[in-house]
Amino acid sequence: MHATSMHFKSRAAEKLADGDLRAALDGLKRRFVPARAAAIAELDDFEAVREAAAEIRDRALEHLDFFLEAFERNCTARGAVVHWAETWADVNAIVVAIARDNGVRKAVKSKSMVSEECALNAALEAAGIAVVETDLGEYILQLGHEPPSHIIAPVIHKTRDQVSDLFAAKHASPRKTDIGELTREARERLRPHFLSADMGITGANFIVAETGSTLIVTNEGNGRMATTLPRVHVAITGIEKVVPTLEDVATLLRLLPRSATGQSISNYVSLTTGIRDAAELDGPEQFHVVLLDGGRSRILASEVRAILRCIRCGACMNHCPVYQSVGGHAYGWVYPGPMGSVLTPSYLGLENALDLPHAATLCNQCGVVCPVKIPLPGLLRKLREQQYERGLRPWHERMALAGWARLAAHPRLYALATSLAAKLLCWLGGHERRIARLPFGRGWSGGRDMPAPAGKTFRALYGKQD
Amino acid sequence: MRVGLFVTCLVDLMRPRIGFAALELLRSAGCEVIVPRTQTCCGQPGYNSGDRAGAKRLAQKLIAEFEPCDYVVAPSGSCAGMIRTHYPELFSAAPDWQARVRALAERTYELTDFLVRVAKLATVAGEFRGTVTYHDACSGLRELGVKAQPRALLAKVKGLALTEMDEAQACCGFGGTFAIKFGDISTRIVDAKCERIAATGADAVVLGDLGCMLNIEGRLRRRGEARMQVLHVAEVLAGKTREPS
Repeated sequence: MHATSMHFKSRAAEKLADGDLRAALDGLKRRFVPARAAAIAELDDFEAVREAAAEIRDRALEHLDFFLEAFERNCTARGAVVHWAETWADVNAIVVAIARDNGVRKAVKSKSMVSEECALNAALEAAGIAVVETDLGEYILQLGHEPPSHIIAPVIHKTRDQVSDLFAAKHASPRKTDIGELTREARERLRPHFLSADMGITGANFIVAETGSTLIVTNEGNGRMATTLPRVHVAITGIEKVVPTLEDVATLLRLLPRSATGQSISNYVSLTTGIRDAAELDGPEQFHVVLLDGGRSRILASEVRAILRCIRCGACMNHCPVYQSVGGHAYGWVYPGPMGSVLTPSYLGLENALDLPHAATLCNQCGVVCPVKIPLPGLLRKLREQQYERGLRPWHERMALAGWARLAAHPRLYALATSLAAKLLCWLGGHERRIARLPFGRGWSGGRDMPAPAGKTFRALYGKQD
Repeated sequence: MRVGLFVTCLVDLMRPRIGFAALELLRSAGCEVIVPRTQTCCGQPGYNSGDRAGAKRLAQKLIAEFEPCDYVVAPSGSCAGMIRTHYPELFSAAPDWQARVRALAERTYELTDFLVRVAKLATVAGEFRGTVTYHDACSGLRELGVKAQPRALLAKVKGLALTEMDEAQACCGFGGTFAIKFGDISTRIVDAKCERIAATGADAVVLGDLGCMLNIEGRLRRRGEARMQVLHVAEVLAGKTREPS
């Protein structure tokens, strides 16, 4: 996907001014935040399940090579083919080659964020292969030529009215406003594609080492059709998604739908193992699993390794005050919100996402809702440190930090400087005791006053009192 | 017990009476209070902005200053959280400092947390005629578990009634340098907080951290809300809401 992650600030400013987006984001928050809280409350001991889930993800990452090889062995034994892709371009080349080898003219896709990383649709189209997104949200985005703005609710930035207009224009049909009718219209358009497609492309929420299976969690049933109807099924996912056993998957599934949409369990949990047997009526003749590194092994060896535990529930963004204010497109790449602010600089390079590690208040609301206990604020801080060390922050910011550290290390100088600052701020505050325009903080005083101090520091007053 | 009061740089500069309120509360709880003269900053601005080395130097200074005390208390969840939860991480690669850091971190408390759980303060001097609502500052709440403690103490204030706002636990949008770097996003976040505060109809919003205080008060005033008081919990408990700040 084309990255605009360098332009977070300007994109965020545009998004703040968008009234429709604001209404849509309010809706997201009102829906997902209480739903998650209620679903988590169903668990007897959320903290214990969370602890177990984090341990499962850590164990998989600790022995990643072992579990991936076990997965390949078990997957191959059931007639599937495992492909290893080092880069996004490798994924595209592998999928295009599979399509060509099998004379594929049309592919139906279930939702896959990894395919967004790779910009797979564009690669397939360039090779003359039609691609149809079948997740309702992704289908809407494909019609409107937009990228997703959320990892599980990709079209959350759009209002119903906007979708009505889009369907009326693209389907050349009477404009509908009822959500049920809109959905039915999409379903009628999609059904023939499922029946005529030669290839089904899906992601995988997990891959299971023990059985060689891939697993997807969906609500619309399109994923199940994409894995069973076409003669070729391709599942694409990252190497970090491996989980040792089915038992482990069961633990993770107690948390994934609850954290994501507030459902005890999603409408569909599809476990796909091997190809159609001779005695079976359904299922693909070929099953290919494409496993992408794409920077993951580099992250595995880095300070932000814990981000690889991520199970893509989206709870961090649903609860993030910054995401709730600007939405997903401002972040400029596939993954938005706190997890995206760690992943985007890690995949694309720190220098290509300078604002993202700083685009957080470090309130840790993300950290406390994360089902696999990723210390997101801590990881953002690590990236900030790397930026600082590599000189990737503006000079005035580095000067200010260095100046502060020096000043605060010299108590006498500090006492003098702060007593002067107290006097200056007091004077700037005037009668109303508030400063409407800060000399060196227009970011602050653009939106709020600075309450002015009374003119003497605690230190000075305490010294007199003694 | 000898309690070292870490005044914090923002209280020192912006609202000294909070420091004096904290001092009185600790004394009324029977503590011998020491205010190390050379104290400055805990290093949090550097730590959160990537200047790990600068943060470490200030942390070493603070540790040396407060080591002789039985406890360290700060009228701020974020500064207490810095010492208690982040200092050990900051020195994770310095085994020679680990024991000292951990020993101090364990003895460091946010003010209301200390008054309730350690000093077991029974009564407070403050009186407040009116209704207040309490904003939970992020670090105090999510790093230190400060939630019931300030409310338990406010319940002892004569005349005071507490009305909870919606999403009291939601961030106010301050985030240290975030409010300067991303002023417009921060304004959107604090606007939501101001609306929830106003919806309670309270006379004052009470909180435990200076950053949130400056942010919320600054935004309320810019929105033209002159009546709503923004008070630190120490000021209310010690009855220092009317003296010069």
